Amino acid sequence: MPVRRLVPTQEAADLLDLTRQLARDELAPRAAVAEAAEEFPRDVFRTLGRAGLLGLPYAEELGGGGQPYEVYLQVLEEIAAAWASVGVGVSVHGLSCFGLATRGTPEQQQWLPEMLGGELLGAYCLSEPHAGSDPAAMRTRAVRDGDSYVLTGEKAWTTHGGHADFYKVMARTSDDGPRGISCFLVPADSDGLSADTAERKMGLTGSTTATMRFEGVRIDADRRLGEEGEGLSIALAGLDAGRLGIAAVATGLAQGALDDAVAYAQERETFGKPIIEHQGLGFLLADMAAAVETARATYLFAARLRDAGQPYGQQASIAKLVATDNAMKVTTDAVQVLGGYGYTRDFPVERYMREAKVMQIFEGTNQIQRLVISRALARGGTPTTTVVP
Amino acid sequence: MNIVVLVKQVPDSGSERKLDPSDNTVARATADNVINEMDEYAIEEALTVKEAQGGEVTVLTVGPDTATDAIRKALSMGADKAVHVSDPAIHGSCAVQTSAVIAAALSQLEYDLVLCGAESTDGQVSVMPALLSERLGIPQLSGARKLTIEGSMAKIERQTDGGYWEVEAPLPAIVSTWDTINEPRYPSFKGIMAAKKKPVETKTLADLGIDASTVGLATATSKVVDFAGRPPKGEGVKVADEGDGADKLVGYLAAQKIV
Repeated sequence: MPVRRLVPTQEAADLLDLTRQLARDELAPRAAVAEAAEEFPRDVFRTLGRAGLLGLPYAEELGGGGQPYEVYLQVLEEIAAAWASVGVGVSVHGLSCFGLATRGTPEQQQWLPEMLGGELLGAYCLSEPHAGSDPAAMRTRAVRDGDSYVLTGEKAWTTHGGHADFYKVMARTSDDGPRGISCFLVPADSDGLSADTAERKMGLTGSTTATMRFEGVRIDADRRLGEEGEGLSIALAGLDAGRLGIAAVATGLAQGALDDAVAYAQERETFGKPIIEHQGLGFLLADMAAAVETARATYLFAARLRDAGQPYGQQASIAKLVATDNAMKVTTDAVQVLGGYGYTRDFPVERYMREAKVMQIFEGTNQIQRLVISRALARGGTPTTTVVP
Repeated sequence: MNIVVLVKQVPDSGSERKLDPSDNTVARATADNVINEMDEYAIEEALTVKEAQGGEVTVLTVGPDTATDAIRKALSMGADKAVHVSDPAIHGSCAVQTSAVIAAALSQLEYDLVLCGAESTDGQVSVMPALLSERLGIPQLSGARKLTIEGSMAKIERQTDGGYWEVEAPLPAIVSTWDTINEPRYPSFKGIMAAKKKPVETKTLADLGIDASTVGLATATSKVVDFAGRPPKGEGVKVADEGDGADKLVGYLAAQKIV
């Protein structure tokens, strides 16, 4: 089913055309082979960076594209529809630049153009082996020593771990609970920084995930973003935007699975007609299409709230929850549509199903999303209506 | 070095393409229209020459209002400005008539080099360089797989079935390019934003001093008189391998005069 989109400007429409061209020519032909070989496609990020796709939501004066989230997320969705690992990577890279763009000093922000241009790849270190959903339980420490900080500890589940050029790291600068955490931008070539052997994952095998080890890593004090103690708020502010990114990626993955399932159901015949004309499978495909469009509408509403300067944390959690649960359902059903063939590695749908699973887990598990949503419900509030010019 | 690139918007060769049954012309209004693929190689070559030698790249297209999409694509790749000849009277023009329109538009521009794709994927007439060469009195170097500009000379390697010819001509000249000549760049988002500010001049037949009755379907030198859909795919031939499968396959291919 061809995707229908609404965008606010002609340049956004041209940007989506460019994205589809890159997805078709540069991503789709390589995805299956790279995923099977578990190879991280570093050069793809340079290609996307040169095309200007890595800094889209950031201000033009910072080297970004000045695009609203409504547009950026649809670009991300198109990338993920061709190759989910790359979609996740673009979202994570964008997130790794978030603190610098929002809290960096003008001097620090001079690093941004190279990051947003894709010459430098970013990673994001928040979780620890024992502290995922509860980041305030982190133990990695950053100790002030003159004009430096010395970081010691380990950070789990780091996307691009070992490949990135810089790491946005949350570390404890005091024992003051959630207020004792600070944010640092650590260059990859710092002494004492190393990546463990990459995790052996169920899916997204083209995206490297590793534990990063900080063994007395000394960095200049001017690599701290914001004030001491502001780290967790920087991290959490970025998480809402990151959840929207994952919602868009999951929607793209589901769209890709739907497209493959529909194409197969139009070709494959049983009992003398294409299987899409058998109501049992036709209705399954219809439910898949409804799930994909629901996911898209949900993340776009959250994006429009964000673009309008409105609070959107609850809607970001709803979008992440709905889009990733729907992606799990749609990719599982895509395997069903392809039957036995769908269960083989000769067709991509089993890979989509493996890729969808982690999207219910990372960027805040879907249980955490429900926690965010239910707490907002408990807080209550009054209806709001915002006029968007 | 002033370079003009001829660009045509065509129905996407990867999508379903149709003729309009009312006048047997290409159904452009309902098609998924894109820039002619071969023209992207001409644009890339123009940008490469410009980057090496300086100058300006102008995109010239003849087509309906929707052709602005093709112009925007060329400008976002890096061309500097565009001329769009659009006039309802041009509808249904043959290659000879179209060449008169393009020649008139070129005559209003300064150029040292005219580049175009070796063919368009809709008409595939592939005669435009020759027609323009005749009308403008400039040499044509057609079917290039390589282009070198040395001083006031243009040299190409003309791609042939058996190899290539080295052909050269003094500038100004018209060069048509195959898809072997380069790898066209992608636009960038920066290019897309910059394209918005680049000048696009729209011209009518009157602006070019062309009598509208000399172009268009009514006076075209060639037209499509009839067409039919592709015949449905046949059942095909099944070959059962009883130890002689290869012989049967070769026999079949020989009977079809394929080998």
